[in-house]
Amino acid sequence: MNFGQQIMEALVSLTSNKLRSGLTILGIVIGVAAVIAMLAVGRGAQNSIDAQIQSMGSNLFFLNSGARNVRNPKPLTLQDAEAMMNPDLAPSVLNVVPTIQGRLEAVYASTSYSTQVIGTTPGYADLRTLSVADGEFISDGTVTNKSAVAVLGKDVVDNLFPGTSDIVGQTIRLGGQPFKVIGVLASKGGSSFGSQDDMIIVPLTTAQLRLLRRNPANRVDQIMVQAVSKETVTKAIEETSQILRDRHKTRVGQDDFTVMNMSEILSAASSITSIFTIFLGGIAGISLLVGGIGIMNIMFVTVTERTREIGLRKALGARKIDILIQFLLESATLSLIGGLIGIVVAWGISTLVGRIAAANNTPITPEIGIDAILMATLFSAAIGLFFGIYPSSRAANLEPVEALRSE
Amino acid sequence: MSTPPVIQVTNLVKTYKMGEVEVHALNGVSFEIFKGEIVAIIGPSGSGKSTLMNILGCLDLPTSGNYFLDGEKVSGLSDARLASIRNRKVGFIFQSFNLLSRSTALDNVSLPLRYAGIARPHARAKAALESVGLGERIGHKPSELSGGQQQRVAIARALVNQPSILLADEPTGNLDSRSGKEIMELILSLNKERGVTVIIVTHDPNIAAQTQRTLRVKDGLLEEVTG
Repeated sequence: MNFGQQIMEALVSLTSNKLRSGLTILGIVIGVAAVIAMLAVGRGAQNSIDAQIQSMGSNLFFLNSGARNVRNPKPLTLQDAEAMMNPDLAPSVLNVVPTIQGRLEAVYASTSYSTQVIGTTPGYADLRTLSVADGEFISDGTVTNKSAVAVLGKDVVDNLFPGTSDIVGQTIRLGGQPFKVIGVLASKGGSSFGSQDDMIIVPLTTAQLRLLRRNPANRVDQIMVQAVSKETVTKAIEETSQILRDRHKTRVGQDDFTVMNMSEILSAASSITSIFTIFLGGIAGISLLVGGIGIMNIMFVTVTERTREIGLRKALGARKIDILIQFLLESATLSLIGGLIGIVVAWGISTLVGRIAAANNTPITPEIGIDAILMATLFSAAIGLFFGIYPSSRAANLEPVEALRSE
Repeated sequence: MSTPPVIQVTNLVKTYKMGEVEVHALNGVSFEIFKGEIVAIIGPSGSGKSTLMNILGCLDLPTSGNYFLDGEKVSGLSDARLASIRNRKVGFIFQSFNLLSRSTALDNVSLPLRYAGIARPHARAKAALESVGLGERIGHKPSELSGGQQQRVAIARALVNQPSILLADEPTGNLDSRSGKEIMELILSLNKERGVTVIIVTHDPNIAAQTQRTLRVKDGLLEEVTG
């Protein structure tokens, strides 16, 4: 019997019991769709985290005061940060931005809102790729003059000034003191690290003097450093570390500060998402397995029901291999159809997840790769074959005499 | 006889093991059937009649003894070879027709040709259906045909590969007397006009009486041969 006829027979036999075939296919559809959708969402999440970290700049690193096993570390100061801007000592450094931050109550009229206040220098906007929607960002002048000015994030604006459009020029109270709003930031949306819109930016010196007092007064919480390029990050870390060692007069091998490298955070985040993807894919794989067992089950029923037909076919000259192929084709067809529908359903699920994520300000674009489709199709056909083999070989090995006698 | 027999059976023994007990279904049976003969095999149930039919139809192998079909030794062949012999040399007609209910008459008749590896079997299948008087109904499914018509389809299917023997197991058992008579007439005419060798297994003495020769099986032995 040629292959085309075999496939036709398989289709005729499957359509003769549509409900049963449909339910069996459904099992495979769910399995395949779950696997592809999970992989797609996982990959989308990975891409989105990568992109967020990239947008924060992979040539960034952070310096914090203190280190393990070091007592009485010297604080990082504004002067430390300024020293790092020396192009002779640190040629690989592009930009240095010291920050101090804390939560404070912002008040406008009778509305109050608790938010993150960041005292920093003008370079912060570049480093965090912030842009100003209205007004202007803090300038060197405001830092030097310790001006009482503030730049507001979008969440702050929404909460303090609901329905108001002219915000620049208004005066809000931060920690009980009046601050003039000089700018509003454009929305950046949320990220895996919290909303980037929920903050107020003030000049570093103003914050040190009036809002977030530190001891000593020139102390900063963190120094963000941007290297000239991704490749020079390691060199820049070495240069800035050396400057700090000299200034802090630390002993060799006993740094009293810690370096946090953005690309290290990146790879840590990547490995977390890939573990997550594998985990989700594994759970989805179990449902595919269950679908396969469904096929095996229904094939056993089919073989039992059609024992007499098998006997007849053998009497008419069908060999074992003919019967085997006939039933294997039926189960493979079931799972292949299931796989194809599953791909479509997976596409639907992924799109839906993408929409939901976008509506919740966490942009994930699920990505269905050709490899995932290919894998799922082959895998579902293989499942059909694998779980079809046992019932089919049972059919093929029926004794014709016994089979013909059955009712 | 100058021509070799189509069926030559010598000292055929078939034993089944039912748990500890050995059941001797056939106890040394020998006979010959020649080309163009029409022979009835009769016997009460449990006589070994069905076992003999299964062996003659190459559905089962004897425990010992020799069986030559059309000059080919059947006893001791592999499953695949047996399937091929069933396909080319034996045409089966069953009491309950055994047609595939999902397929049309034409597809049912084509089935043996397909297993023989013939790519376009429909022309020959159509010719076979016409030869049993069903040329008008080739596209009908079994459920759309009467019992007599279904058995005609089965006969067409049995003949389509031009087998050496036609093996009919109670061919009229599921039919009313009129259809049964027509089917017997068809089988007899196939034998008379086309020289088909026919073996009819039955318990109906009226049918046996219409054949040239009757073999009676009793307790696993060929008790009496009337000719």
